[in-house]
Amino acid sequence: MRKWLTSSASETQITHGRRLWLYAYGALVMLYLVVPSLIVVPMSFSGSQYLSFPPREWSLRWYQSYFTSREWMEATWVSLRVGILTMLVATPLGTLAAYGLHISRSRWNGLAMMILVTPIIVPVILIGIGIFYVYVQISLLNTLTGLVIAHTMLALPLVILVVASGLKSFDMNQEMAARSLGAWRPVAFLRVTLPQIRFSVITSALLAFLTSFDEVIVALFISGGENSTLTRKMFLALRDQIDPTIAAISTVMILVTTSLLAMSQFFGKSGD
Amino acid sequence: MRAGSTLLHAAELYRDEHRERLRLFSLSLPALILVICVLVIPVGWLFWLSFISDAGQLSLEHYRRLASQASYARIFRTTFEVSFYTTALCILLGYPLAYLLAQMPRRLAAICMIAVMLPFWTSVLVRTYAWLALLQRQGVINSWGMEAGFWSEPLPLVHNLSGTLIGMTHIMLPYLVLPLYGSMKAINSDYLKAAANLGASPVRAFWLVYLPLSMPGLVAGSAIVFILCLGFYVTPALLGGGKVILVSMRIATDIEMFFNWGAASALGVVLLVLTLVLLFLASRIADFDRLAGGAR
Amino acid sequence: MNQGAALPIKIRHVTKSYGSFKALDSVSLDIRSGEFLTLLGPSGSGKTTLLMVLAGFTRPDTGSILFGDREVVRVPPHKRDIGMVFQSYALFPHMTVGGNIAFPLRLRGVNKTEIARRVNRALETVKLGGYADRRIDQLSGGQRQRVALARAIVFEPSILLMDEPLSALDKQLREHMQVELRQLHESLGMTTVYVTHDQREALTMSDRIAVINKGSVMQLDTPSRVYEKPSRRFVAEFIGESSFLPVRVQGGDAFLDGQRLKLDDVPGDGEYLLMLRPEKLRILGEEQKETQHFNLLEGRVARFIYQGESFVLEVVLPSGSQLTVRDMTSSSIMNSLPQPGGVIRLGIDRRDSFLIPEERP
Repeated sequence: MRKWLTSSASETQITHGRRLWLYAYGALVMLYLVVPSLIVVPMSFSGSQYLSFPPREWSLRWYQSYFTSREWMEATWVSLRVGILTMLVATPLGTLAAYGLHISRSRWNGLAMMILVTPIIVPVILIGIGIFYVYVQISLLNTLTGLVIAHTMLALPLVILVVASGLKSFDMNQEMAARSLGAWRPVAFLRVTLPQIRFSVITSALLAFLTSFDEVIVALFISGGENSTLTRKMFLALRDQIDPTIAAISTVMILVTTSLLAMSQFFGKSGD
Repeated sequence: MRAGSTLLHAAELYRDEHRERLRLFSLSLPALILVICVLVIPVGWLFWLSFISDAGQLSLEHYRRLASQASYARIFRTTFEVSFYTTALCILLGYPLAYLLAQMPRRLAAICMIAVMLPFWTSVLVRTYAWLALLQRQGVINSWGMEAGFWSEPLPLVHNLSGTLIGMTHIMLPYLVLPLYGSMKAINSDYLKAAANLGASPVRAFWLVYLPLSMPGLVAGSAIVFILCLGFYVTPALLGGGKVILVSMRIATDIEMFFNWGAASALGVVLLVLTLVLLFLASRIADFDRLAGGAR
Repeated sequence: MNQGAALPIKIRHVTKSYGSFKALDSVSLDIRSGEFLTLLGPSGSGKTTLLMVLAGFTRPDTGSILFGDREVVRVPPHKRDIGMVFQSYALFPHMTVGGNIAFPLRLRGVNKTEIARRVNRALETVKLGGYADRRIDQLSGGQRQRVALARAIVFEPSILLMDEPLSALDKQLREHMQVELRQLHESLGMTTVYVTHDQREALTMSDRIAVINKGSVMQLDTPSRVYEKPSRRFVAEFIGESSFLPVRVQGGDAFLDGQRLKLDDVPGDGEYLLMLRPEKLRILGEEQKETQHFNLLEGRVARFIYQGESFVLEVVLPSGSQLTVRDMTSSSIMNSLPQPGGVIRLGIDRRDSFLIPEERP
C-alpha cells in the first residue's frame, strides 16, 4: 500500500499519495451521479408511504398498485406503442437520409443537414407548444398518430447522426465494386452496405425508441385522455403529489431503458 | 451504330448528371419534409404569432411587454442565474472527475464511464423523481440526518432554488464530462513531459500546460450545459416548487392557463434567439481555440 | 479458360472538369481488342479519372465511349458488364471468398451448381483453389488481391479494368504478381486497361503504354518505343533517367555546341534536345578513335556515386551542360575509371542518339 502511495501517477511524477484527495473527490462525484439514478429501485420495494432507504419493510404493494391500475397500464401501453411505432418510422427514414446525404453531390447537402439537426437545437418547450398549436388546427391532438409523428421528428437527428458516423467508417469502394459487378444502387446498398452498417442502424433504432419512451414535454402538450403517455401521467402526478407508485413505474422504466441500451452497447462492440 | 455527335452527348450527359444528383438527394426528402412540416412550419408559425397583437394586428406589443414588465425581467434573471450556477457547479464537480477519468488506465476508466453514462440511460423524469424522494421533508436525506442527530428540523432541500440546482446539476453533469473527457484524452502526454523537463512542478505543469489545453473541451461542455439549462423544463418544474420560475415554465403556463399565444410565442422566440446566439458564440470560441493551437 | 470475346475500346473527346480544373482534356484513345494497355502517369494526371469514366463511376462532361460497337458513355456502371479490380480490393468482408466471387453470378441469375463450378474454376485460375470457404480477414494481402481478380473475371467480361492493384504489396510480391497478371492476361485474352504510376510496372506488363499528364495523352506506344523514342520531354523524364543537351538543327545537320552530330534521323530545322540515357553512354579509353558509328563527347568527371550493382558518374561538358553516365561495377570497368576532376571521353551510338523537340514553356 505504501508503495502504491509513493509511486508516480502521471507524467509529471506526482505521487498517488498527494492525489488522494482527487480520488476521494472523484469517487464522491461518481456516487452523486449513480445513486439518484438507481436509488429508486430499492426504494420501490419499501412498504411505507414515505419511501425510505433502506426500506424498513419490504413489499410489492407499489408494483401491485401499478399493474392493477387501469390508467397506468393504459398509459404504459400507449408509451410502448408510440415508442415502437416511432422506432419503426424514424429508423428507415433516418437511415435513408443519412445514406442519401452521404452519397449525394448536391450543393443543398449542408442546408439539408442543418435542417435535419434542428430538433435538437430548438428548445423542446418551443417545439411542444408549436406542435400543439398546429395539431389543434388539424385535429391531431391527443392521437397516437400525432404523437408518433412528433416523436419521429425528435428522434430523426439521433438516427441520422448515429448512422452517418457508421457510414463514415465504411469503405464506399465496396459499393462501387458491387456496382461494377452488376448490382444497381439499391441492390448494392441492401446487399453490401446495409449489412455492414447494421450495428449503427440497430443502435439508432433503440435510441429512437428510447427518445420516444422517455419524452416528456411534447407529450405533455399533445397527448391526453386515452392517449396519454406514461411520462405525461408521471409528470402530472409528480407535480400534484408524490405517489409512491411512481417508484415502481420508474424501476420498470429503468429496467427497460438499461436493458435496451446494454443491448445496443453489446451490438456496437461486436460490430467493430 | 455510329458514335454520334459528341456535342449531343454533352447535353445528355449534363441532364444525366443532374437527374442522378436529384435522385440521390431525394433520399433525404422524406425526413426533410417531416422535419419541415412538424418543426420548421410550427415554429415559424409561432414566430409569426409573436408579432400579432391580441387585437389581431401586426405589432410589437408582446415584445414590449417582455421588455417592460417586471415579472418577465425576474424570470429572465432567474433563468440566467439557474443556468449560470448549474454550469458553475458542473464545472466544479465535473472537471476533477473528467481529469481523473482521463488519467485512469483504460479498463478502469471504461468501468467508471458507466457511472457517467448511467444518468444518460435513465429518464429525466425518473432521476427528478429520485431527487424528490431524496430531498423532500420526509425524504431519505432528511430522515437519515435527523436520525443521526445532524439536525433536528427537516431541512428545506427541495421546492426551492437549492433543490432545483442539485437536480439540474445532476442531469447536466454528463453533458460536461463527456466532451471534456474527450478533449483531455487528446492532450499529448509529451507536453507534460516537456513541462516537467523544463522545470515545472506537477502543480504548475497542470496550471500552465494542462488546463489551457483542456479549454476547448471545457468551453464546449459548458456551452452545451448552459444552453440546455436555458430551455430546461421538467426538472425545475418539479423541484422548484413553483418558487423558481424559468422561461420555459412561463411559456407553458402562458399557454396552459391563459391561452396567451402572443406572450408565449414572443418568449419562445427570445429563448430560441438566445440559444442560437450562444451556440454561434460557443462555436466561434471553439474554433478560435483550435486556431490558436489547442491540444495538437 | 474460355473467354468472352474481347472488345476494343474507342474513347473519343472525353472531357471532365471540376470547376476550373481540367481532369481530362478532350482525350481520344483507341484500345485494341485483347490488348493490355497501361495508363501511366503521375498522381493528378487524370489516369484514374479516365479509368473511372470507363467504369461509369465518373460521368464526363462530353465525349463518347464505345465498347466494340456499343455506345456506353450514358450507360450506368452496373450495366457495362466489365470487370474491375480496385486499389483497395474492396472485398466484401461479410461474405466468404466464395461468396464474393459468386456475387456477380448470383446477380446474373446463374443457377447454384453452375455458380459453384465457375467459382472453383476462377479460384483455380488465380491459384487459390480450395479457398472458397475462407473469410476475407484470414487472407494475406497477396491472396486478397487474387480474390479480387477472381471476382472480376468469373463472369467472363470482355473488358477488365485495374486501378493500381499491386500498389499495396511489397516489392518482391509485386514483381511476382506482375508476371502472374501478365500470364493471366495472355491466357484469358480480355482487353485490359491498367492504371499505375510505376513506370517499371508499365514497361514490364503492357502491350502498349499511354503516358498521361495533365489530362492529356502524351504518347501512346509500345514499351520499347516509349522508352527509346519518347515524343516529348515529359515522357523522357517520367520514364527512366536521361540527360538533355540543347541541339540546333540547321540545313539538315544537327549541332551540339558547334559539334556536328551523327544521327540516323535528322528532323527539320529548329531547336531540339539530345536525349541521353545514362546506360547508353560508353566510357571510352584514350586510344579509341571517333568513328561514323558513334558521337564523341568529352568532359570532366564531377562526382562518382556507387550504387551497388551499378555506379553513376556526373560529368560536366565544356559548355557547362551536365550529363549522367551509368555503368556496371565490374572490376575491369572500375579500374580504368578517371578520377573526379579528371577528363573523360564518352561515346554514344548514333542509333541511341535521339532528338526530342524543345518545348517552349
